[in-house]
Amino acid sequence: MNSAIREQFPILKQEINGHPLVYLDSAATSQKPLAVIEALRHYYEYDNANVHRGVHTLGSRATDAYEGAREKVAKFIHAKSTKEIVFTRGTTTSLNMVASSYARSILSEGDEIVLTPMEHHSNLIPWQQAAKATGAVLKYVKLQEDGSVTLSEVEKVITDKTKIVAMAYVSNVMGVVNPVKEIAALAHRHGAIMVVDGAQSSPHMKVDMQDLDCDFYTLSGHKMCGPTGIGVLYGKQALLEEMEPVEFGGEMIDDVGLYESTWKELPWKFEGGTPIIAGAVGLGAAIDFLESIGMDAIEAHEHELASYAVSRLSEIDGLKLYGPRERKVGLVTFNLGDVHPHDVATVLDASGVAIRAGHHCCQPLMRWLEASATARASFYLYNTKEDVDRLISALIQTKEYFG
Amino acid sequence: MQLDDLYRRVIMDHYKNPRNRGKFEDGTLTVDLNNPTCGDKISLQLKVDNGIVQDAKYTGEGCSISMSSASMMTEAVKGKTVEEAQDLASRFSALMQGEDVHFDDYEDIEALSGVNKFPARIKCATLAWNALRKGIDEKQHDH
Repeated sequence: MNSAIREQFPILKQEINGHPLVYLDSAATSQKPLAVIEALRHYYEYDNANVHRGVHTLGSRATDAYEGAREKVAKFIHAKSTKEIVFTRGTTTSLNMVASSYARSILSEGDEIVLTPMEHHSNLIPWQQAAKATGAVLKYVKLQEDGSVTLSEVEKVITDKTKIVAMAYVSNVMGVVNPVKEIAALAHRHGAIMVVDGAQSSPHMKVDMQDLDCDFYTLSGHKMCGPTGIGVLYGKQALLEEMEPVEFGGEMIDDVGLYESTWKELPWKFEGGTPIIAGAVGLGAAIDFLESIGMDAIEAHEHELASYAVSRLSEIDGLKLYGPRERKVGLVTFNLGDVHPHDVATVLDASGVAIRAGHHCCQPLMRWLEASATARASFYLYNTKEDVDRLISALIQTKEYFG
Repeated sequence: MQLDDLYRRVIMDHYKNPRNRGKFEDGTLTVDLNNPTCGDKISLQLKVDNGIVQDAKYTGEGCSISMSSASMMTEAVKGKTVEEAQDLASRFSALMQGEDVHFDDYEDIEALSGVNKFPARIKCATLAWNALRKGIDEKQHDH
């Protein structure tokens, strides 16, 4: 990665508390390149109109821009068709749609949902609620000591009663990459479907629906250089066909009578109301931007940064690093001795270094790690080794301050 | 941003040498509060007799700000009437909003005045005080 990429992110060119900003919280939300900011501006300055209804020129342009973004997403994740790409508010909404519509219609008492303790709350609570509503049972895969998931542990909990396996592709706390392709194949052998939370994988690596062969996949635009408020639910066409819409109203209908109505075809039956048009346009621009750099190059860059961060963090006495030492994704989670992560984050912020502190929406995983909270530094394509060095020196200062 | 405004010696002293940390053995009014956004937890116990806070203890997990604030709060409320304790809590809220309030009855608390310059940390400082308010409310509902 070169400084030309960094130049594309205007927000990074500022000082925080008298120091150049080092933004290490991209796993929470990524920063936005000029290409995305300009795409939003251009849309609102020239093309803004409602989609799928206006006969006028702006209506056609807005529709083309919105549906064009859908095509970009379909290509980006290698879906078979745009019918499989539903625009949503983000991963949380996407997972809730699967859990409240698809899952509740197929689950009955005694059926099983297989999860891991590392799931983000958004891939946990929707299943808890679906289980409560249907009498289904939640089962958890045991994690390895380094926090990873192995196929053999999944084999121990999956049975022919399992109807759904839901798992993150990449953990937002430990940066582990789960073998979801192999687990999807295993789930299918047991007649279960595989739901993959792709919030942390989509920004950082190539994802291919044909290769993974999962049944549902979700992503959030704002974690991959796009705007907030836009996300995607990918579903295999046959499953989406079966699924009832979650929201009813304008946009999603075919024919409306006083007592009965019918729905539009895929994917629009899931997009009730005026959709997030500008958000989709921004996501399309983000995908173009990421692809112009190349997902392989982004992955390689993050791998390098993560390895460098792990080795530098290991030099700090008393620092506890969570998760495996070898990692592909640019994310490190740690605690600095007895210093509470909030205090770490505040002292780092005073040096212009932005990290996340807390439970990262993963309370069950925090219990598993036996930590009430952790500090997390997450990297993206715009971060550099110098950023890691700034993190390390700020951590050493923090240690001295609280020493 | 001056870190020393936030982490004064008084705060670090309460963090490293917490007062009233622990639990009463007998059944005493207990208030459990979490700060769900960051995972801080406090369990506050109050012994209230004849309208007076006779004693207070707490356990919990959290950062230096939340735990030192709990230590100071429990020190400050001991021996106070319920009304005086409520007044303390109100003054603490005002302190967090940047107002110039004083705690002549327990000056250590004034060390937390710097927190109002760190908006993200105000909720850490107020956790124990919210537990105090909740505890007093529950006690008053009993009667």
